[in-house]
Amino acid sequence: MLWLALHFPSLPLDVFARGTVTDAPLAVAEKQSGRSRIVACNAAAQGCGVGPGMSATAAQALADDLILCHRDRAAERASLEGLALWAGRFTPSVSLVPPAGLLLEIGGCLSLHHGLANLLRQARDGLAAMACAATMACAPTAHGAWLLAKAGSEKALRDRARLEAVLAPLPLAVLEQPPAVLEGLAMIGAETLGDCLRLPRDGMARRFGPSLVDELDRALGRVPEARDFYVPPAQFARSLETPAPVHDAEALQFAVRRLLPELEGFLVRHQAGIEALELVCRHERRDPAVIRVGFARPTREPARIELMLRETLGRTRLAAPVHAITLRATAVLPLAGVNRDLFRPAGEADGEWLIERLRIRLGREAVHGLATVAEHRPERAWRPSYQGAGEGEANRHRPLWLLPRPLRCTAERLKLESGPERIESGWWDGDDIARDYYVAVDPHGARLWVYCDRASGEWYVHGVFA
Amino acid sequence: MIESLLHASAVWRAGQCAQEAGATLPTGFAALDALLPGGGWPRGALTEVLLARQGIGELSLVMPALARLSSADDWIVWVAPPYVPYPAALAAAGLRLERLVVARPQAADAWWAAEQALRSGASKALLAWLRGADERRLRRLQLAAEGGAAWGVLYRHARAAGERSPAALRLLLEPAAGGLAVHILKRRGGPVSRPLVLALPGVAGC
Repeated sequence: MLWLALHFPSLPLDVFARGTVTDAPLAVAEKQSGRSRIVACNAAAQGCGVGPGMSATAAQALADDLILCHRDRAAERASLEGLALWAGRFTPSVSLVPPAGLLLEIGGCLSLHHGLANLLRQARDGLAAMACAATMACAPTAHGAWLLAKAGSEKALRDRARLEAVLAPLPLAVLEQPPAVLEGLAMIGAETLGDCLRLPRDGMARRFGPSLVDELDRALGRVPEARDFYVPPAQFARSLETPAPVHDAEALQFAVRRLLPELEGFLVRHQAGIEALELVCRHERRDPAVIRVGFARPTREPARIELMLRETLGRTRLAAPVHAITLRATAVLPLAGVNRDLFRPAGEADGEWLIERLRIRLGREAVHGLATVAEHRPERAWRPSYQGAGEGEANRHRPLWLLPRPLRCTAERLKLESGPERIESGWWDGDDIARDYYVAVDPHGARLWVYCDRASGEWYVHGVFA
Repeated sequence: MIESLLHASAVWRAGQCAQEAGATLPTGFAALDALLPGGGWPRGALTEVLLARQGIGELSLVMPALARLSSADDWIVWVAPPYVPYPAALAAAGLRLERLVVARPQAADAWWAAEQALRSGASKALLAWLRGADERRLRRLQLAAEGGAAWGVLYRHARAAGERSPAALRLLLEPAAGGLAVHILKRRGGPVSRPLVLALPGVAGC
């Protein structure tokens, strides 16, 4: 067993700062004992002298353009669940450690991700993409890894025998014990976990309670620990607030990109793909606007989803400034992994991608395939197809070009080469035709498909043999 | 002494065409293959087909090569065709309808669509009927074709025959007794003086 622990020390701030990149000072305040105090602030605010613990009014006096947000514990919980969704792309065994931690059991999936170093690198990249700061640590026990991550010690330890030595220098503050216990330990001169471990067990249990001994045992792996694993929801709907209102759709892209790794984790965990995505933009005092993105086939490739979102947002105009977005996956379908051909590169998927990109810019109706229809009337023997090819048969006596509407012509200067082919059809829906078709050559040398309408005796050009 | 001069690579012999390794697509007409460098349509490059009237065989000329690409599972994109490409006839010519895309863009987006189709790498052939060609747009298409290793065919009016163009191959088509007269205006290698008359399949009676 190998556990990866992720600790998010600035989660209260990240919840707000993820939405936009802003140079303005940003701080999060919470009401503590009747007064609003700063809980976390970003680098720009720290530069102005704002720090955790000071009162909100003092902070606002120090920095003029300070954006002050109230701590939103519900959003933090939702963010943590979103991170758990993202973590689902590595392993199904994800456990939440509220308020700001995750534990992943990665012992079983190391070969899938090509080794520990690779997995850690992918995790770093994903966290950077989601703009969440985290400290990561690996250890053979879950609690041991968690203590390492809380202490900020980013070690990857696989050897159980060295666990005690690695945990020894950690400060006592990382232990999850009530303050009374921590003060008691400080009074007897214990500063690190190593000091605690050297104390006699019975004495420690009698003086500080069994939970301290139990925690140390769990960290060192002397006692097994049971964890509940996170079960992802069946639907994907994640929201993000932007601290400053967003005016143009391209800047929204930035916020949406933060949520894409969570969507990817969700899809990998469910072994599913999406056919459609919805982005709900909430404005003040107006109904929310919904932007839809569709895919030709269910997909879970992050690059493709991001490209489609970028192209759609690039062509959207926002009616009003947006202060929050929700990303929803509306059509989720099972999608097994793709079997790649060893010898040929994947051609079909790229073609569909090209069609989607053309459709986004030209409009859905402007890009289509062709299908035959089993019909005698030539103008109805074909249709534009938006999904796959249709029924009907090949016919080598037909021209390569069909005119969308037959064109009146005079027959004198045409030299008829072959025919007539009589087509009479369509009495059942009122669009009946009775025509004699010929292949003709006009004086300029073009070969045309003409017909004589038997009812009116007029001649028309219907196709061109190119 | 003349032999040694001729064999030295400093002397270019007008009778030889540029030899390209594997970068061509056989046209399906042996007489035309013999005149084209590499023995076929140039891949990764732009081909211009100029004609004064439609219906003289301009599509039938490219059909054998398209059918070969289609049977190899490659996508073929048509941008702004002047009429409806008739599926029954296309299927009879050997094209797979599942790998065919027709795009009808607005005039402003037409050149963009052609460039995307060439550059994507997914479509191996493009047939385009675009207006307002200038040297810059043509060069962009040529570069896109190189980037996507695709065969691009641009149909233009014959009045453009005298213009300069960065396309690798330029053909002028005219009707002729017994088939289609193909004038090769430009190819990689020396010019061709006499036009070629090709007998197209399906011409002599249906």
